Amino acid sequence: MRLPGSLAGAMATIRIPPVLRASVGGERELNAEGSNVGEVLRALADAHPATAQQIFGADGDLNRYVNVYLNDEDVRVLDGLDTPVAERDSLVILPAMAGGAEG
Amino acid sequence: MSVPPLQNKPCGGRYGDLIQSIGNTPLVELKRLSPKPGVRIWAKLESRNPTGSVKDRVARAMIEDAEDKGLIGPDQTILEPTSGNTGISLAMICARKGYRLKVVMPDNVTPERTQLLKMYGAEIVYSPGDQGSNGAVAMALDMAAADARYYMPYQYGNEANPRAHYEGTAPEILEELDGNIDAFVAGLGTGGTLMGNGRRFREELGERVKIVAAEPMQGEPVQGLRSLDDGFIPPIIDLSLLDRKIFVTNRDAVIWTRKLLDEEGLFAGVSSGAIARVAVRIAGEMDEGNVVFIVCDDGWKYLSSGVYTLPVDEVENLESTVWW
Repeated sequence: MRLPGSLAGAMATIRIPPVLRASVGGERELNAEGSNVGEVLRALADAHPATAQQIFGADGDLNRYVNVYLNDEDVRVLDGLDTPVAERDSLVILPAMAGGAEG
Repeated sequence: MSVPPLQNKPCGGRYGDLIQSIGNTPLVELKRLSPKPGVRIWAKLESRNPTGSVKDRVARAMIEDAEDKGLIGPDQTILEPTSGNTGISLAMICARKGYRLKVVMPDNVTPERTQLLKMYGAEIVYSPGDQGSNGAVAMALDMAAADARYYMPYQYGNEANPRAHYEGTAPEILEELDGNIDAFVAGLGTGGTLMGNGRRFREELGERVKIVAAEPMQGEPVQGLRSLDDGFIPPIIDLSLLDRKIFVTNRDAVIWTRKLLDEEGLFAGVSSGAIARVAVRIAGEMDEGNVVFIVCDDGWKYLSSGVYTLPVDEVENLESTVWW
């Protein structure tokens, strides 16, 4: 937990997929603060409320069809929303999509 | 004339039929790719299957499973969504066995895939390329639901897909490395390769082996969904089996496909370049051990795209082409 006046969480860069850009004023990339993935995404949702119901499910966890990558790695196979975020880390939000060539 | 017995296990073998010859692919060490002396990187050359891709194993398993269960009737047409390789494998097998085949494929795959499918006698229905593989899946599901004359193996949800690897690819690799596997890296598409091999390795080797997925970073046209809820997770994927899941951009995939060719003489498809990149990243995090990655297909089907000959920034439609 962060104490008031203490050093803020890390500032991470978030890359916004085309499907969410209308909800963030057309931006491709935004910065948000937080010590873990959940905090960073919540900060994004607080600043741009229209993204909240796309990113989060009713239970407050990630929407089933949303993949969030921290420095190219899917946070779901790390610690999910609790995955720690460091200064200058990059987050990418993408829809879950299948390929087929390798199966 | 007496011939000495062959010592090399994946020697190809002798078969009465092309379909039987699927599998038993070579495992080859790529020494120049290794970032440190104690870490060895091995490529399982699934490109050496009869139609040139790992999907020969999957297509054979799904068709034989359907035959065993009596699911393919005489008046039926086999229908399958594919980004190419599964369709080509099914086409060869269906041609050998006398089944009709229709495939649903995005319209922005390389032209070689269309040519190969037609050569093997398959009928092609194109889905909108800007929807990627998901568009092909949705269209094929609609077609199958509307007409009982279609039998759809459906690689995304068919347990015969991972089973082909659980019973085939994985035991081969276990034998080839005497069970000394520390990391296994494969592409994430339907999930069959990762789930089948991953489950077998986990059962045989426990937690010592890391199961790592390389997945394509979707180009912007493919990301252009109406809502994130339009995403799709293939039913056979169980994320809890994965230790890592790392995406690779199309640009990096092409760069590493070229590295495989230039540094190791390995002529592979673009997804294999992406998988090699992740394999090297994982190898760089280890002090010693064996990293195995899958070479899904060879490069012939991508020649027209220029990925082997043009500077990467001059490859047309790099981000919008379905490479996987």
